Amino acid sequence: MDFKRLILLSGHYGSGKTNLAVNLALQLKKQRERVTIADIDIVNPYFRTSDSRGDLMENGIRLICSDFAGSNVDLPALPADIYSLTDDPGQTAIIDVGGDDRGALALGRIREGILRENNYEMLLVINRFRPLTRTAGQTVEIMREIEAAGGISFTAVVNNSNLGAQTTAGDVLDSMAYAHEVCKLTGLPLKMTSVNESLFEQLSGKIDHLFPLRLQKKIQ
Amino acid sequence: MAEKVLMKGNEAIAEAAIEAGCRHYFGYPITPQTEVAAYMSKRMPKIGGTFLQAESEIAAINMVYGVSSTGKRVMTSSSSPGISLKAEGLSYLAGADLPALVVNVQRGGPGLGGIQPSQSDYFQATKGGGHGDYRMIVLAPASVQEMADLTMKGFDLADKYRMTAMILADGTMGQMMEPVEIKKPQAQAFDKSWAVTGTRGQRSHNVVNSLFLSPDVLERTNFERYERYRLIEETESMAERYLMDDAEICVVAFGIAARVAKNAIAEARKAGIRVGLIRPITLWPFPAKQLAAAAQTCHSFLSVELSMGQMIEDIRLAIECKRPVALCNRAGGIIPSPDEVYAKIVELAKNGGADK
Repeated sequence: MDFKRLILLSGHYGSGKTNLAVNLALQLKKQRERVTIADIDIVNPYFRTSDSRGDLMENGIRLICSDFAGSNVDLPALPADIYSLTDDPGQTAIIDVGGDDRGALALGRIREGILRENNYEMLLVINRFRPLTRTAGQTVEIMREIEAAGGISFTAVVNNSNLGAQTTAGDVLDSMAYAHEVCKLTGLPLKMTSVNESLFEQLSGKIDHLFPLRLQKKIQ
Repeated sequence: MAEKVLMKGNEAIAEAAIEAGCRHYFGYPITPQTEVAAYMSKRMPKIGGTFLQAESEIAAINMVYGVSSTGKRVMTSSSSPGISLKAEGLSYLAGADLPALVVNVQRGGPGLGGIQPSQSDYFQATKGGGHGDYRMIVLAPASVQEMADLTMKGFDLADKYRMTAMILADGTMGQMMEPVEIKKPQAQAFDKSWAVTGTRGQRSHNVVNSLFLSPDVLERTNFERYERYRLIEETESMAERYLMDDAEICVVAFGIAARVAKNAIAEARKAGIRVGLIRPITLWPFPAKQLAAAAQTCHSFLSVELSMGQMIEDIRLAIECKRPVALCNRAGGIIPSPDEVYAKIVELAKNGGADK
């Protein structure tokens, strides 16, 4: 699978962006020298990319996130080194944008540099099993809100439809019609379908561009 | 059966409330419950309901008072510091015998504390918080499914007894995502003949108020209210029993602490220790009878809490201090690990209740 230098992930919150971002970073590090993951979600202070800090450091992936992530305060602050995402074109960067229009607002801070360089892709992460994105129509509505807030248009769709640990191969197969409908409504290509690694073998050959995910740490 | 969806605990509360007929929500954002408000702000306008971000928590709880006076289902939600602000309103709701659903997704305290999960508002929820003699029904979910189910149940209990039902969750419960089925609630009719809806000149007017000019009437109202509370204590307490049939050690924990405790208990069982769990689902009324019964067969109790030890006092009262009750706790937003709980269980198994 081919990727641009800057990969932006956004979508309805809870669609699985952060988990996908970490997995993408680990995958890209196998092919590229310098990989950075940037968590610019200023809305949700609970589950953060920084939860995977150990895993990322071990693999030589640079993490940019709020100095207050995982701490006891709730400050919507971005670190100054987010500017290195556009100032330093020698790296590949995955940018984990916050959910919904509120979360995407922070994207405005680095939007200009991203558009000027024009070596980015912005992926819409979708999950049919989330209550407010059950239909393609609802999903596109949220997508338009994100685009309006962040000032960057999506370039492709990632189908990450899942029910957590209870997801079956059948659930993923069932979600494909929904994913194609989102693509049809938006004119965007379906870049990939991401599934938990336990379902990968069962689904390979049945779905194009399948991407295996290893789940981040989880509370019992 | 409705299809399962993947929801955050906070979203499950909001959707269940809508399903239960709640069309009026008033709140103010605070981590870690903000998704309740965010969800309501998206859904309510689409179904003809009211979502209003009030200017403060105090304003929100008084808006709840207003809507409840008209007999409509209404809710507010917040997290610990915000619930303290609502305390005056909770007392007024009790004084006026108004039903309401109030959600507390707890965070570490006291004061501004922190945003991480906690259970240290147990006293505030079960013993008062506001002024005067009053109780709230306090429900403690331990899964996203229960966040939904107990929200629906809470509305019914609130209407049935004309009082506040509180969902006492914690940051983990609010934030964690699990598959959930939003069930269709059973249609129940509740008497709302007391509501202030306009007389149309056809009946005498209703009064919703918590001010009583005569001390005698105020006293009588209190006694009558406590009769109702006594009935609730007798009939509405709920608890889950887990591996209790042959247990010699009884772990008591609610919410996220109960989930951690179950992991520790499973490990201890592998080591041959006869240990079980009583998980209070209602914190008020506290499942005192079930604990008293466990005191007949268990030599020790262990309270697992995300606080400095608050529920432990109710356990001691329930078993009339017949057995030793130990505490395994973390505070300030930290969750006890299964290993920590396991170590305590092993210690109690070695002592065999000799502490008493």
